[in-house]
Amino acid sequence: MIITVASGKGGTGKTTVATNLAVAVGKGTTLLDCDVEEPNVHLFLEPKNLRKTPITTMIPVVDQDACIQCGACSELCHFSAITLVADELYLFPNMCHSCGGCVMVCPAGALTEGSRELGELEIGQWNDIELISGRLRVGEAMSPPLIERVKEAAEGRELVIVDAPPGTSCPVIAAMNGTHYVLLVTEPTPFGLNDLKLAVEAVRVLGMPFGIVINRADAGDDRVVRYAEEEGIEILMSIPYSRKVAEYYARGRLLVEAMPEMAEAFGGLVEKIRAAVERGTR
Amino acid sequence: MKIAVTATAADFDAPMDLRFGRAACFLVVDTETMSWSVVENTQNLNAAQGAGIQAGKTIVETGCTAIITGNCGPKAFRILTGAGIKIVTGAKGSARQAVEQYKAGELQESSEANVEGHWI
Ligand code: SF4
Ligand code: SF4
Repeated sequence: MIITVASGKGGTGKTTVATNLAVAVGKGTTLLDCDVEEPNVHLFLEPKNLRKTPITTMIPVVDQDACIQCGACSELCHFSAITLVADELYLFPNMCHSCGGCVMVCPAGALTEGSRELGELEIGQWNDIELISGRLRVGEAMSPPLIERVKEAAEGRELVIVDAPPGTSCPVIAAMNGTHYVLLVTEPTPFGLNDLKLAVEAVRVLGMPFGIVINRADAGDDRVVRYAEEEGIEILMSIPYSRKVAEYYARGRLLVEAMPEMAEAFGGLVEKIRAAVERGTR
Repeated sequence: MKIAVTATAADFDAPMDLRFGRAACFLVVDTETMSWSVVENTQNLNAAQGAGIQAGKTIVETGCTAIITGNCGPKAFRILTGAGIKIVTGAKGSARQAVEQYKAGELQESSEANVEGHWI
């Protein structure tokens, strides 16, 4: 089973939920940090035996002497990553989506497949938990292919928890895609609700079962609860807001280790998700 | 001399458009006679990606020697300068006024892109 932990915006406690959930289940769990632009799982769970592998993607390489300036590649590319302007061929590697079309269509054999580094895949261990994360190279914009690679690295594992990037754009969809359940973390505030609604819309488009976790549950009002009732969305868990919680969080400590009631709640969360996936609820 | 200016409408007296890649349209102007014609940028307004590149290509194909605009990203900049086109910024008012300011030597040629690129 693969569970994605997502939220409509950053700072809602998404990583807190993902890490505590993984630790509560413990042995046999794989935790993926798919927030490749700003991976932060390692701040909570410091990995041991870290192995790093560079991840590359295909880009075209042009042999200017062989190019006959026919423009076939430029016409084909939807992303303007290869553009012929007045007999001059321009390549913009960071706009390339690696489809390979230009290489196939070139009649002069002027294009070949090269590669460019997207970032790194990091695989490590924290106690009984396997940690896999992606780290996008600074200045790199193409995160979905790297997220795919992070997910591929966890293929065949029994229980996978995905810490998705914040928001509702392409990288988030890439992280959610092919998983079994989406846990949406939100806060009971007007902004929280607004971002939650956007996230709900995105998950509904993908047709995946999902539920809500309310973080800092008593620091706002009941608007998220009312919304969930109206929409028939299950609220799986509420994490209270207390000084104790805030202190643990600030020190990068795990709630499940510091508070027995949290360990129990997170353990129960996995069971609720398992039940929901089996029911196939939407 | 033929130069181009980004405009918010297909009218020489319309306000300049400060955007380059997503400019409403381009006006190509003969600086001697001040006669002008319109070059559409419609496709680019809807392009998901690469608006600046495509707009750069459009301008290069007009055969202009300079473009008066507001903000030009790094990719468009590469294409325009690669084709020897001057990128001129700092103009104010209508497209016509912008061209007049250029002719009077009041405007600066920019030597680098002045906005971040858009990726996706
Ligand atoms: S591989 Fe695809 S996206 Fe990349 S430059 Fe070629 S046609 Fe464009
Ligand atoms: S398709 Fe090949 S020959 Fe034609 S412009 Fe592109 S690189 Fe040059």
